[in-house]
Amino acid sequence: MRASFLAREVSGGLRRNLTMTLALVVSVAVSLTLFGTALLMRAQVDRMKGYWYDKIEVSVFLCGPNSMVYTCTGSVTDTQRSAILDELKSLKPTVQHVYYESTSDAYDRFKVQFKGSAILSQVSPEALPESFRVKLDDPKNFDIVAAGIQNMKGVESIQDQRKLLDRFFQILKGLQTFALAVALAMLCVTILLVMNTVRIAAFARRRETSIMRAVGASNASIRLPFIMEAVTAAFLGAALSSTAMVAFKYFVIDLRLAPKWTIIAWVTWEEVLAIVPWLFGVGVVTAVLASGLTLRRYLKG
Amino acid sequence: MIRFDRVSKQYKNTNRPALDNIELSVEQGEFVFLVGSSGSGKSSLLRLLQREELPTSGTITVNGVDVGKLANRAVPEFRRTMGIVFQDFRLLPNRSVFDNVAFGMEVIGQSRAEIRERVPEVLDLVGLDGKESRLPSELSGGEQQRVALARAFVNQPRLVLADEPTGNLDPSTSVGIMKLLDRINRTGTTILMATHDVAIVDQMRKRIVQLDSGQIVRDQERGIYGHTGF
Repeated sequence: MRASFLAREVSGGLRRNLTMTLALVVSVAVSLTLFGTALLMRAQVDRMKGYWYDKIEVSVFLCGPNSMVYTCTGSVTDTQRSAILDELKSLKPTVQHVYYESTSDAYDRFKVQFKGSAILSQVSPEALPESFRVKLDDPKNFDIVAAGIQNMKGVESIQDQRKLLDRFFQILKGLQTFALAVALAMLCVTILLVMNTVRIAAFARRRETSIMRAVGASNASIRLPFIMEAVTAAFLGAALSSTAMVAFKYFVIDLRLAPKWTIIAWVTWEEVLAIVPWLFGVGVVTAVLASGLTLRRYLKG
Repeated sequence: MIRFDRVSKQYKNTNRPALDNIELSVEQGEFVFLVGSSGSGKSSLLRLLQREELPTSGTITVNGVDVGKLANRAVPEFRRTMGIVFQDFRLLPNRSVFDNVAFGMEVIGQSRAEIRERVPEVLDLVGLDGKESRLPSELSGGEQQRVALARAFVNQPRLVLADEPTGNLDPSTSVGIMKLLDRINRTGTTILMATHDVAIVDQMRKRIVQLDSGQIVRDQERGIYGHTGF
């Protein structure tokens, strides 16, 4: 079959069935956009994990004058402090660096973080405990460090920042799963819509197909125009959803979110553009499979 | 060219076979009328020849091809060796006369140059030159059937199957179609035509195969319709 003949058949078929074609394009666009959103969220979570895990520290808070845990007997003494430091240093290479943060250092940091907040006037420098900030080779090795020092005198508490972050990531992961589930449901709707559209098209053109069969057209050439119609619609849908992805990256992330939330590492253009081939791939493969299956049933050979 | 060897066809959920132990052979270049009342098995026989259906038993050979053993993917190629004409013309209503005939060539992948050369030739043969750009709705029934004949013959098949081609036409128009079929037959093309049309069969004096309840009850050279053999 010549390409120009196929092209005429396809464009004619799409125009004759315009409302269904539009429904198909929109449905494909919506489901692929949701799918793309799920992928985008995954990329964002991965990027944030990489960024944050790199900065994660274990905070070892030392006893202050009012500590009420059993390892504390008033403020930490110099002997206790250096014993803890020695223990931490002995845990190399798990422990990579140890920084000491005094009460006044902690207060300075607090002042920066809560600048302009009313809470600042209610907190005195003495209320903030001194601590060791411990940088690990791998944030997952927290337990090794904790086991080594948690019962030492002068240690009030040990805080794993990863736990705080993980809770946040779990929320993101939940959202991502939700987007994926909605995308899957939409994909099912799209598949049914493709099948129905192709079935209607095949019925509307049963005269053509019966003539094609009579003159000896191959099964492939009888089915190809229908499949190409579905693929064209899917392609348009994928193009729309790709545009939506790019627009989201530019207008929402780059222009609105990124300037406001500089502390977060946002997905890069490469990561957004890497999603685009997936949208086209999933859209086109879905269209081919759904229309091919339908035609097997409704256009006997 | 065509050989039916003890062919029977029984459709699902029926208790009487549509074709019952058919023995028939047709030589290349013959013109054969298939007559018989409705439900006698004429259409079933034509459907088996196109491999729209498979025989329940027996073998059908067309041009040396055992139709029953034909793989599904070889069927389109096989159908290209025959032209098919229907009672209801089966023209595409939104395509011109030229495009309807060209359709038969386009679907099997002929080049545009071949189409431009061949279609006017065939339209000339069926007497429709000058009406290339008309739509089927602008033609008379006889002219529409000529378009269908042109489409069936455009790829120069060795066999033309016609299922009641004059069934929707008045007698004088039918004569024109028969003349055309005769002309195609004279190019060496085998023609198998199912019909009820007594006048045509009697005038043409061709071979007649009469079916009744799925059996051949008469096979006569240069026969007439009225003579049933009983």
